Amino acid sequence: MSTVTLTRPGTGPGPTDVRPNRRPFPLVRHSLALAKRSLIKTWRTPEALIDVTLQPALFLVIFVYIFGGAVAGSTHDYLQYLLPGILAQTIAQGAIAIGVNLNTDLEKGIFDRFRSLPIPRSAPLVGAVLGDVVRYVIVTVMTLLMGYVMGFRIATDPVQALAGCLLAVLFALSLSWVSVFIGMKARTSGAVQGIMFLLIMPLSFASNVFVPTESLPGWMQGFVGVNPLTHLVGSVRGLFLGEPIGSHVWWTLAWCVALVAVFMPLAMRAYRRKV
Amino acid sequence: MSNDLVIEAEGLVKHFGATKALQGVDLFVPRGMVLGVLGPNGAGKTTAVRILSTLLRPDAGHARIGGHDVVRDAERVRQTIGLTGQYASVDADLTGRQNLVLIGTLLDLGRAGARARAAELLGWFDLTEAADRPAKTYSGGMRRRLDLAASLVGRPEVIFLDEPTTGLDPAKREDMWEVVRSLVSDGSTVLLTTQYLEEADALADEITVIDHGRVIAHDTPDGLKRVVGGQTLEVRPSDAARLEETAAILAQVSSDSRAEEIRKGVLAVPVTDDSALTATVSRLSAAGIAVTELSLHLPSLDEVFFTLTGRPATADADESARSTEAVA
Repeated sequence: MSTVTLTRPGTGPGPTDVRPNRRPFPLVRHSLALAKRSLIKTWRTPEALIDVTLQPALFLVIFVYIFGGAVAGSTHDYLQYLLPGILAQTIAQGAIAIGVNLNTDLEKGIFDRFRSLPIPRSAPLVGAVLGDVVRYVIVTVMTLLMGYVMGFRIATDPVQALAGCLLAVLFALSLSWVSVFIGMKARTSGAVQGIMFLLIMPLSFASNVFVPTESLPGWMQGFVGVNPLTHLVGSVRGLFLGEPIGSHVWWTLAWCVALVAVFMPLAMRAYRRKV
Repeated sequence: MSNDLVIEAEGLVKHFGATKALQGVDLFVPRGMVLGVLGPNGAGKTTAVRILSTLLRPDAGHARIGGHDVVRDAERVRQTIGLTGQYASVDADLTGRQNLVLIGTLLDLGRAGARARAAELLGWFDLTEAADRPAKTYSGGMRRRLDLAASLVGRPEVIFLDEPTTGLDPAKREDMWEVVRSLVSDGSTVLLTTQYLEEADALADEITVIDHGRVIAHDTPDGLKRVVGGQTLEVRPSDAARLEETAAILAQVSSDSRAEEIRKGVLAVPVTDDSALTATVSRLSAAGIAVTELSLHLPSLDEVFFTLTGRPATADADESARSTEAVA
């Protein structure tokens, strides 16, 4: 094997003057470069997109046709009611994958490589989170497409509908940091999946995703009232269907800020400590 | 002289809970030199490399790379170094080219610069043909080469090679050695960890032997080999009946040592002179003795450790076995 071509044209490792000047905004540029890495990986393993492609479609069909008649008296009415809820639930579950993937990445050596490079320490995590935007957009598009096929119709205008979609993606991005944090802390990727599922399950069901808050027992309504998914679903229903929206959007935005403010620093700290 | 030390580490200490990975390790590498850090599994080699490459902070002691402190000036150090880990740390889902372009982009080589550097390294490491296949389809040797290429994207002045050939078959190992030699001829300073005296002997200008987180010897390869008894010549005559005659010849060659039968029909004798092999061959052929096996061995790591510490090299951090006798 001719590994060794001793004539290496002008690649002498010595002098540092070949290193170009540092450019501005390193965190943004490096995070985007690493986000591209996530996208390539997603592209290479399309089966990793099942949770954001088939799952929303499957959930819509199951819940609309099984519960529609009993809960709302008509499957079409229930579809209108349920679609924003399914969007919120699946987009939240979509955030599980990033923690699982990062946990796996840490087991391999690739993060050592990143950490030995002169880039901002947070870039690999920020890049991974940004790369997930594509997954969240796919959830949103799939849910709306399937809904349309089944008869769902947006009752407002495209601007409001788009705002609803953006809010859902923003919420998923914020929730990603919880997943990243658990991904840094848990010992195995299976544990990350389990913990995230346990967190998201009660948020999905003790909420207004499937049934109106008023139909739930009083003691549970307190939880439902602060549940971030309730506010996201309330916002999206308002923006898709023109229902009274109240303060849901503000609550959702507040949750996004709070999740990022708490879990991004925690995730960064856990990442730095990970040996 | 001291201002031309590219790697300087003094009194490095690192504990992980009850495990004392490093207990005061000093390492010095002058510019353009290769230091081999030799030790068994668990000796602290990887911990030392991780501290020097800014991945870990030492509990005590300090280290400078090119004059920059690895803790206070970590950013500057990262601009100077290339790291090749014990396991190949490339992204298996990305192609070889994508891996290298990503590193180039992160090093601010620019789009065109990163692509050009990637192509250059792929060519140099004989990976051009496989460049656009995902790295998970690569063989072990190809991954190692890609990993080494990834650590060279930024043209680092200092290169850390953490057990670069562990797990490679002997032919691939020699290829890797050639790569390391050409790096050094280009002026890089290299710190190489290994479990093989043979590898340190082939590549390093100086060897530091560490055990249980302490330096137990530091010498040139020749100096170390003198201490640990140099090489062993092994001969298996085709005709077992001529074992006695062969032993007599071996005794002459090694001047003072008696040949021992280490395995059935195989004689071994310690030799210090590099001409011993040729001398043996000519004397055996003069005597008309045919041989089926003739080889020259460096002491194994176990033998080195036994000589230096009086006990075999063990991976476990046996607290009771560790004592001051470990300082050779």
